[in-house]
Amino acid sequence: MSDSTAVAHGAAEAHHEHPPYQRHHFETYAQQNDATNFAMWLFLLTEIMFFGGLFTAYLIYRNWYYPAFVQGSHQLQIGWGTANTAVLITSSFTMAMGVWSAEMRRKGLLVLFLVLTFLLGLVFLGIKTIEYHEKYEKHHIPGFHYSVQSFVDPASDPEVYNEYHDKPLPLDMARHTELYFFLYFAMTGMHALHMIIGIAILGFMIFRARAGAYTTGHVTFVENFGLYWHFVDIVWIFLFPLLYLISRHQ
Amino acid sequence: MTQHQETPEEHEHEHHIVSPVIYVIIGSALLVLTGTTVWASYQEWGVFNPIAALGIAVLKAVLVVLFFMHVKYSTKLTKLTVGAGFFTFMVLVGMTLADYFTRAWGRW
Repeated sequence: MSDSTAVAHGAAEAHHEHPPYQRHHFETYAQQNDATNFAMWLFLLTEIMFFGGLFTAYLIYRNWYYPAFVQGSHQLQIGWGTANTAVLITSSFTMAMGVWSAEMRRKGLLVLFLVLTFLLGLVFLGIKTIEYHEKYEKHHIPGFHYSVQSFVDPASDPEVYNEYHDKPLPLDMARHTELYFFLYFAMTGMHALHMIIGIAILGFMIFRARAGAYTTGHVTFVENFGLYWHFVDIVWIFLFPLLYLISRHQ
Repeated sequence: MTQHQETPEEHEHEHHIVSPVIYVIIGSALLVLTGTTVWASYQEWGVFNPIAALGIAVLKAVLVVLFFMHVKYSTKLTKLTVGAGFFTFMVLVGMTLADYFTRAWGRW
């Protein structure tokens, strides 16, 4: 026992001084931070590939069943989509400010910006719930209760019809709107799942930040969570035009 | 062992702190671009509607990656990783789409 103590003591004397949060196998804290950032980016790239598969499937099927996808997307309300885009971009801004607060060691500001990001995340999910509920009421959720009513007889859906004046689709094409909604729920649902995970981590971070965990100069966790949150924002930046906007005029 | 307490100024030498001014400018630009893309979707541009929508989306994503995600201020390793990652992504999606869109479906 005394031997190992002596060895540990000798090792502690041999290495230079460093902040307590710096791991021993790194030369400097900057090196540790860069290595962790690098790892976070590798993880985010796997996430980008994962969402890329969904985006590619969407583009291929949109090309194949074009009329069904156009009329399917006419069911989405651009107003809600725009509002959610603005909410998410604002939350990315508050998150970036949170990272800045941690870097400047301003505990109060950090907690404030994390709470704002948390709340904006909840607003996003709230708006998404309103949209999903509308799909539920219209039987536009894929499955046994799916209804092609709005597509074989567009006039029966006056709210959408008055805006787009869609022509009725033949039944075999109208059936493919179910595929549009399947991809809509898969893509926005996967995105929402990422938001829920992010909000849960934010809740944890708010407690840790109040205890002063991130304002000691050790900003890696806040910084890398920021990368994750901005990545989720980027996914939405592409979902919004593809699902809501590009079929408006067709 | 004395605890090394570095000041924010000292800290800045090894870790670039992006100023809130940049965040405000980028955040506002992203909101303006969101408004622009919605406005553009109401115009009758035919084939250019989706091109404009995706072009603006790419511009927004680049702003987020460079400034909010600090890639502009990162090490060369991070820049190379991000660049190579997006390049690979474009190859995978581009080649897949090129294949699907150029086959004579149902005519062989």
